[in-house]
Amino acid sequence: MIAIVDYGVGNLFSLTSSLKKIGREGVVTGDADILGRADGIILPGVGAFGDASDKLRQSGLFDVVKELASNGKPLLGICLGMQLLFERSYEYGEHEGLGLIGGSVVPLKDYVEGLKIPHMGWNSLDIIIKDNPILKYTGDGDYVYFVHSYFGLCKNGGELVATCRYGRDVAAVVSRGNIFGTQFHPEKSGGIGLKILQAFCQYAEGGYVC
Amino acid sequence: MLAKRIIPCLDVKDGRVVKGKNFTGLKDVDDPVRLASFYSDCGADELVFYDITASAEGRRLFADVLKSVAENVFIPLTVGGGINSLDDFDRVLKCGADKVSVNSGAIANPALIYRAAEKYGDQCVVLSMDVKRVDGRFVVFSHGGRVETNIDAVEWARFGQDNGAGELVVNSIDTDGVKGGFDIEMLKAICDVVTIPVVASGGAGGIPHFIQLFKNVNADAGLGASIFHYGETKIDQLKLALRNAGIEVRL
Repeated sequence: MIAIVDYGVGNLFSLTSSLKKIGREGVVTGDADILGRADGIILPGVGAFGDASDKLRQSGLFDVVKELASNGKPLLGICLGMQLLFERSYEYGEHEGLGLIGGSVVPLKDYVEGLKIPHMGWNSLDIIIKDNPILKYTGDGDYVYFVHSYFGLCKNGGELVATCRYGRDVAAVVSRGNIFGTQFHPEKSGGIGLKILQAFCQYAEGGYVC
Repeated sequence: MLAKRIIPCLDVKDGRVVKGKNFTGLKDVDDPVRLASFYSDCGADELVFYDITASAEGRRLFADVLKSVAENVFIPLTVGGGINSLDDFDRVLKCGADKVSVNSGAIANPALIYRAAEKYGDQCVVLSMDVKRVDGRFVVFSHGGRVETNIDAVEWARFGQDNGAGELVVNSIDTDGVKGGFDIEMLKAICDVVTIPVVASGGAGGIPHFIQLFKNVNADAGLGASIFHYGETKIDQLKLALRNAGIEVRL
């Protein structure tokens, strides 16, 4: 069973539908026990970082997710959920993240010039670190769907798995051990996206072996 | 590199897809769920659904259609038609829409753009505008292109962006349904003043029109309806032609 963290942020209809499509049961939950029993956890999210991290705290799940992931539970953060994995964000002020991936989240507009913000649409992946479990079925140049105005600046080179090009290299996939994050929406990235979700589920079901 | 998007638009009435010429003379085309899956398989980058029914029964059917599409098609879905309040945003987002497009609702209540962006995020709010030339000026029309508003289209585009719209759909009434090509002049006037993505709509009649669009205008996507529904232009062939013309697309 894959648990989708429900903390009042974002639209989970597509995510649950896409898990169903790949033959998985996605349980939308805010219950710490269910999160603890899940093979893997997906942390979704849309909107603003500060609001989302506040809601995650208010629901009491901030520490739960952080602790489970730190103890080896497979975790996949999607879009804002991926940004929440970082140490901090500078979206409207400064906000603390889960600190599971090193680095911070910064505004795209300060780093790229003359490009439209949000970075919205299909962009191709440049895979930097091969053999990441969730990219088992994904190749260099595969297109995935992005919608974001902020991006993660990785502190540790080893955690930046794939990028896309938007005026500069933008973190598309980050990972550290059992922790994964995609800036794009796999649930909106057609067949390529479904395969990324499938690879994460297989990894999660495999008993946390890298 | 970010790819230019090709977006089929499905006007839905009573659970079926329709498309008219210059907004009148609607004709039944196909089943929305089947059509959506077909388009996704052919390489459509996104789908737009416009609910052109006004009745409560029509709304219910539309919600059912949207849900079935979202359960089966895993590309971004934009929904428009009859969006006048935050409740309307909520209603379609719950059925699986990723983006919600406001048109007449934002003209009647411009604060809706800001309030929706604040609640659901900029990326969720699409400002859709129907534009027509009136005395040499680009003017916004409401109610499916029937009512002249006296709002300057370029000003309205800028207002939308400043108030939190994450994307614009710009439809030319002058070229819509005519299949003579996109309204390059009007689209250019709008693309030149905004920094958010723009979806060009109205007038696509064939592959050369899309090439002409992307070569001449800084638009992010091209939208078409009847051109795709009747199979006159195949999306996979269109995208191949675009790539051969040096335009980045997802193949």
